[in-house]
Amino acid sequence: MRFKTASTPHLSSPDTVSILMRRVLWALIPGTAVLTAFFGIGVLSNLVLAITLCLTFESASLALRHRPLRPFLSDYSVVVTAWLLAVALPPLSPWWLIAVAAGFAVVVAKHLYGGLGYNPFNPAMVGYVVVLIAYPAELTSWVAPLGLNGPPPTMEALASVLGGGAAEWDGATAATVLDLVRTETGRGRMLSEITMLPVFGWFGGRGWEWANLAFLAGGLWLLQRGVIQWQIPAGMLASLCLLSGVFWMVDPEGFATPLFHVIGGATLLGAFFIATDPVSAATTPRGRILYGMGIGILTYVIRAWGGYPDGVAFAVLLMNAVAPTLDYYTQPRVFGHGER
Amino acid sequence: MKEYILILLSTILVNNFVLVKFLGLCPFMGVSRKLETATGMGLATTFVLTLSSVCSHLANEYLLLPLGLEYLRTITFILVIAVVVQFTEMVVHKTSPLLYNVLGIFLPLITTNCAVLGVALLNTQEHHGFVQSAVYGFGAAIGFSVVLVLFAAIRERVAVADVPTPFRGPAIALVTAGLMSLAFMGFSGLVRG
Repeated sequence: MRFKTASTPHLSSPDTVSILMRRVLWALIPGTAVLTAFFGIGVLSNLVLAITLCLTFESASLALRHRPLRPFLSDYSVVVTAWLLAVALPPLSPWWLIAVAAGFAVVVAKHLYGGLGYNPFNPAMVGYVVVLIAYPAELTSWVAPLGLNGPPPTMEALASVLGGGAAEWDGATAATVLDLVRTETGRGRMLSEITMLPVFGWFGGRGWEWANLAFLAGGLWLLQRGVIQWQIPAGMLASLCLLSGVFWMVDPEGFATPLFHVIGGATLLGAFFIATDPVSAATTPRGRILYGMGIGILTYVIRAWGGYPDGVAFAVLLMNAVAPTLDYYTQPRVFGHGER
Repeated sequence: MKEYILILLSTILVNNFVLVKFLGLCPFMGVSRKLETATGMGLATTFVLTLSSVCSHLANEYLLLPLGLEYLRTITFILVIAVVVQFTEMVVHKTSPLLYNVLGIFLPLITTNCAVLGVALLNTQEHHGFVQSAVYGFGAAIGFSVVLVLFAAIRERVAVADVPTPFRGPAIALVTAGLMSLAFMGFSGLVRG
């Protein structure tokens, strides 16, 4: 009688890149649905354009590199990149803006480095930061949420997206809450006065707060399924809370509450979906904690004192640059050997 | 004290000499293939940059200005930097042969680092005092070293990546430096002026 002897590892995981990426997409759906409910059709137009353009760029890059299309397109990683880009950009972004972002994300940040698994920087965030620096005016005017002028009429809005014209809706766009806090405290207004404005909602920006809680739910599901590890989100949220808490206690009228920093802006989306990108993040357990903490600290510093309204994208890119060094210095001890 | 901390923050993060002012790109590209050499280069540059920043400030303040020889500034600074580098090399050679061996060719190469001359010239342009010059030079050097080490670690990873043939080597390194520079744009506006 013969027994089949398999080589190690004896327990193999059925997970493939494709399955993991599809789980990330499932987890992104609730947050995106809430965003659509509050900000209208613009979120969906972003999503359709971003996915189409990213797939086009991906296919073109693969063709130029003489790689097979099917296995790489069916791993869904480029759809995740496109999806993150779509929810990061303001709703109803014109097509050319999404094209520039998608081009930089897929071609420069991903394929110049050899495609999935090699990119040192998060592709979606590279695309986002490029357009944020190149077109700051388009990137800082968000469609006002439902119940506050509301989104513009659907057909006209879609026509402007495809026509590429700068959308000039009367009163339909508004600064994001983070932007508002930064400019108004800069003018010397009290924070208690600013947060009374209708755009603030309950605790973190009307519309935004519910979308972010939905993203949190999706992120917790990913955590429970083991798609992402706890170290990065925990490190990021803990350091952000700690830092904002200290400054809030020193000067409650000049600095926003920790709750506002966590629920407002892109914190939760960043903590669970962007910072946890397995390719560009740190990989050692200790390195991951430091990586997450670094993102939290940098996010707060850029939000509180920097020139850009939200710092998550920059913080992620900066820590992407630090991640290889972190991995180098935090390699865990190999069993049976001394420290290094 | 606050002023010096602001100068440090400004030179390390906001106005990083490599990624924002684009100075000192030759050693940034040349010595960043391995993490160890990058660390050594960073240490040597930090020492020389701080010392030369102070020396060129003294030369400018007590030699060029009283004699009305401002038009000789650039050439004087180059001379001062060369002397400082040579002096450092001789002292290190005599006192610590081990460190001398570790630094090797990088030490004399610092003479041609444009960041060193850039710091000296910017010090006079911004009318920095003695301590300000020292802090400015030190901050610039720390910013240079930090970015160099991070860049070297990324490059070690990119070296084994499946980079398309036309982009291998310096091309992808420059793309990486560009993306790092993009990330450092996030610090803009952090320190005014």
